[in-house]
Amino acid sequence: MEKRMLKDDNDRVDGILKVTGQAKYFAEYELPGLTYGVLVTSTITKGRITALNTKDAEKAPGVIAVISHLNKPSATAYEQEGGPQMKIFYTDRIFYNGQPIAIVVANTFERATYAASLVKATYAKEEFNTDFEKALKDPKAKKLQGQADYKRGEENAYKNAEVKLEERYFLPIETHNPMELHGIIADWRPNNQLTVYAKTQGVKATQGTIANVFKIPMENIQVNSEFVGGGFGMALRTWPLEIATVMASKHIGKPVKVVITRMKMFTMVGNRPAAIQTIGLGANKDGKLTGITHRAYGETSTYENFTEGVVNMAKFMYQCDNVNTSYAIVPVDLGVPIWMRGPGEATGAFALESAIDEMAHALGMDPLDFRIKNDPETDQQKNKPFSSKNIKEAYKIGAEKIGWNNRKNEPGSLVEGPWQTGYGVSVGVFNANRGKASVKGTLKADGSLLLQSATSDIGPGTGTGMTLIANRLMKIPVNKITFELGDSSLPPAPSQGGSATLSTVGSAVNDVCVALKSAIAELAANSNMDATANFVDVLKKNNLPQIEITKESQGGKEKDNYSMYSFSIHFVQVKVHSLTGVVKVSKIVSVGDSGTIVSPKTARSQMLGGAVGGIGMALTEESIIDHRYGRYINNNFADYHVPVNADVPEIDVNFINKPDPYINPMGAKGMGEIALIGFSAAVANAVFNATGKRIRTLPITPDKILA
Amino acid sequence: MINFQYLRTTTAKSAIALLVKDKNAKFLAGGTNLIDLMKRGVTAPEKLIDINHVPLKQIEQIGNKIHIGALASNSAVADHPLIKEKLPLLSWALQAGASAQLRNVATVGGNMMQRTRCGYFYDIEMPCNKRQPGTGCGAIEGFNRMHAIFGTSEQCIAVHPSDMCVALVALDAEVVLANAKGERKISFKDFHRLAGDTPQLDNNLKVDEMIIRLEIPVNNLAKNYHYLKVRDRASYAFALVSVAAALEISNNKIIDVRLAMGGVAHKPWRLTASENFLKGKEAILSNFEQAAQLAMQDAKGFGGNDFKLKLAPNTIIEALNLAKSKA
Ligand SMILES: Cc1cc2nc3c(=O)[nH]c(=O)nc-3n(C[C@H](O)[C@H](O)[C@H](O)COP(=O)(O)OP(=O)(O)OC[C@H]3O[C@@H](n4cnc5c(N)ncnc54)[C@H](O)[C@@H]3O)c2cc1C
Ligand code: SF4
Repeated sequence: MEKRMLKDDNDRVDGILKVTGQAKYFAEYELPGLTYGVLVTSTITKGRITALNTKDAEKAPGVIAVISHLNKPSATAYEQEGGPQMKIFYTDRIFYNGQPIAIVVANTFERATYAASLVKATYAKEEFNTDFEKALKDPKAKKLQGQADYKRGEENAYKNAEVKLEERYFLPIETHNPMELHGIIADWRPNNQLTVYAKTQGVKATQGTIANVFKIPMENIQVNSEFVGGGFGMALRTWPLEIATVMASKHIGKPVKVVITRMKMFTMVGNRPAAIQTIGLGANKDGKLTGITHRAYGETSTYENFTEGVVNMAKFMYQCDNVNTSYAIVPVDLGVPIWMRGPGEATGAFALESAIDEMAHALGMDPLDFRIKNDPETDQQKNKPFSSKNIKEAYKIGAEKIGWNNRKNEPGSLVEGPWQTGYGVSVGVFNANRGKASVKGTLKADGSLLLQSATSDIGPGTGTGMTLIANRLMKIPVNKITFELGDSSLPPAPSQGGSATLSTVGSAVNDVCVALKSAIAELAANSNMDATANFVDVLKKNNLPQIEITKESQGGKEKDNYSMYSFSIHFVQVKVHSLTGVVKVSKIVSVGDSGTIVSPKTARSQMLGGAVGGIGMALTEESIIDHRYGRYINNNFADYHVPVNADVPEIDVNFINKPDPYINPMGAKGMGEIALIGFSAAVANAVFNATGKRIRTLPITPDKILA
Repeated sequence: MINFQYLRTTTAKSAIALLVKDKNAKFLAGGTNLIDLMKRGVTAPEKLIDINHVPLKQIEQIGNKIHIGALASNSAVADHPLIKEKLPLLSWALQAGASAQLRNVATVGGNMMQRTRCGYFYDIEMPCNKRQPGTGCGAIEGFNRMHAIFGTSEQCIAVHPSDMCVALVALDAEVVLANAKGERKISFKDFHRLAGDTPQLDNNLKVDEMIIRLEIPVNNLAKNYHYLKVRDRASYAFALVSVAAALEISNNKIIDVRLAMGGVAHKPWRLTASENFLKGKEAILSNFEQAAQLAMQDAKGFGGNDFKLKLAPNTIIEALNLAKSKA
């Protein structure tokens, strides 16, 4: 039988463009006179540049300019208070190994690369420390409060509980490593007019940062970023390397393109910071939690502080009257971290959800029963009801699908030859947000609808979700709807982050559609047409080629009345080889509880990607530094192990798909983060169930199983 | 850019002639290792002699030996019916290496010549005796999780990363090398070297020589064999430890046995003592366990790779188990 690709209304609107290579990413724009920049980086970890010899580089074939702190063009904000913290080419100071210290611009990429190798820096070195654990132990090393301490009830109540545990969990640095390398094309033209082709999660944010640094009006800057080859958070800010490219273009009066190497992806665009966490849990013998204490330390840089919500989940995820948390950040001589998928919560959930499993085991309870027993009816932290929460139903669906009844509570019970089988479960949770965004809708007499907003799509399928919202409201076929994004001249929208795009921009799409419908109804009434008349006929009758409406949309008081979160449950089955220590994730069932599922295919893709990222976090990913030199050891795709197909079993994705009554008109909560959050704990819990070994340091590599 | 001359030749003779003319020349085969090293600044040849058009891609049986040309691709060898039937261990080892895309262009000669994956070797800002003799070894007191436990020296503890070579050393392969004057044949186990005081040298190929072909005797080991590679992810990762095991069993007695390990030494590591122990014995777990212990006699860890002291014998046992139970 012939197998054909059938187009279906839920397909990605840009799917064909992507798989046929027609989607154009930032690095693919060929501007006339384009030049190429390569960044020179520091080879020491801390100190000062005492001399920078750029002569050989300047004389190399094809070189147009070498820009450094010695000759940088003015970036006004850098000379002012309150400008950006990491000021490229502003100082002779070195804050970390791999810091950009100059940019070489040439007429080909290869020539720029070669010339960059000719720039020679002389340094005055200073003592440094890149070892987070060492800094943590050192009483003289700085520790800064990352979040206000939290206390409900009695502090450290777990210590007096009938059954108690206190354990430490370690998470190494993870690097986002989207497939697409980072970079930018900047084209600075006369009269301070600037066009950039960027890889960004927020075109408006990029526009704003550049405007602020160079003190030129926002309107002078056009940011284009229609397609992005993955971000996972690393494209949430405009990095020094991008500012350097803009500077270079301004300096030479020509467009400059920079695409960094995979190695530089480890040092120039952030990472998920390492974290050390202690969890104390107390319960009574019946399995009711009586105390939760979550203390976390996260790594940050010396030149800029980075914090994330590591200890949030402990405050509301389980019914418990005594909870206290603390979170501090510890500066080391590394580049500043940035949010990575499931920021903070993925780190915290690994610790908390492992500890919950440990407590269930200590109590001799099934970890699922223990979770259900301690599931809260209301949010004890905010003292508010949840806007919607269907966790118990999600537990049930997942347990059934994974075959939880095959699990034995006694670890190491399921053995077949050298392979031990285990089951694990964990919860993920993330704030369900709704921000403020504007969308312009143009309804045309040819039957089409154009929607425009300066939002982004780093891969989840923003355009697809928005198209489906409009399609259902307007009853216009999907192929007649176009959603334009990734262009800073469009009506403003926030950056794509924190799983809020569908909620925020989708609500604006909703509002615009509703407004367009009533405008058509009004026109129909005024021209004596039936209220149900088709908009094409209405427009034609009124001799209108189109009508346009722009709507700004944001939430109201609902946030004050309800606690809003998206939830996910991850069930995994693992097989552990008792002789080689190899862990294979053999089955995955994920259940998302995130309100209405607007776009089933792309929502499923989010869950698939989250599970794959979760396998990486649990089993393979770790950015390794030699602390004697402050340099990464495995900064390439052969040695930094992201999961490959052979690591990933079939993933069974399920959704509760019940509307949240309060969050937004669609009833949809975000789901990009929950797809990953908690996953690594489910794997660690399954490994324990298979082997009786509790691994509290990620990733769970064969050596740790054998130890 | 760092300019180099690109030359292409179609005979082994002319390739060798070009090589000896210039001591800064290098052969370019699949380029999957050499080009990476050039990009990282680890090596900077002035001349690249492209040998991909030299007709050395044969895979054939001559007498009781299988000949494989130095330029046969890793996938061509792995997928060849003759290899699958008569030397399946080699086919398996090749399949366990790199990715399908790499195997399609990587060649037999290039695979033998590939350099270590030690991170310090690749980073020209770090010390490394192999890259720059006398600068020290970054790994001995640094990150050495991937490093050797056998035959190490104070100069270098790197491992040879190849999977193919582990099978070849187990299969008693021979290598034919040629210089301008003629050919010589050496045993595969003598091709690679230990680091000793000359960590910069990976093998015994002379500067004026080219690898021409492999010759591998056919054997009775095509029934009970296994290549077991333990790695950090299920594919596309170098071995933490790998074991090539092949048994000839009759009435549960071991008539012949081959054992070699990868990821543990500066060269593919043949386990002769274990083989000698197993010959004539019963193919049972307790014997496998003893053989594994014998293999570990001179093993030494460096901290980060201590786990290999446990992983290596376990992997030997499991590889023997799987070889034995192969239907
Ligand atoms: C990401 C990655 C992962 C990998 N994973 C694995 C793995 O898991 N297992 C594994 O075994 N390998 C792995 N490899 C290595 C791969 O097998 C080698 O790169 C490949 O076999 C080299 O062959 P080539 O033909 O491309 O060699 P080239 O790169 O062309 O050459 C390598 C060297 O051999 C020399 N040379 C080539 N042919 C001859 C000849 N006939 N005579 C003399 N000298 C010659 C060249 O001059 C050069 O110095 C991996 C490589 C990469 C990049
Ligand atoms: S182990 Fe060998 S290759 Fe690695 S740093 Fe030491 S000398 Fe260099």
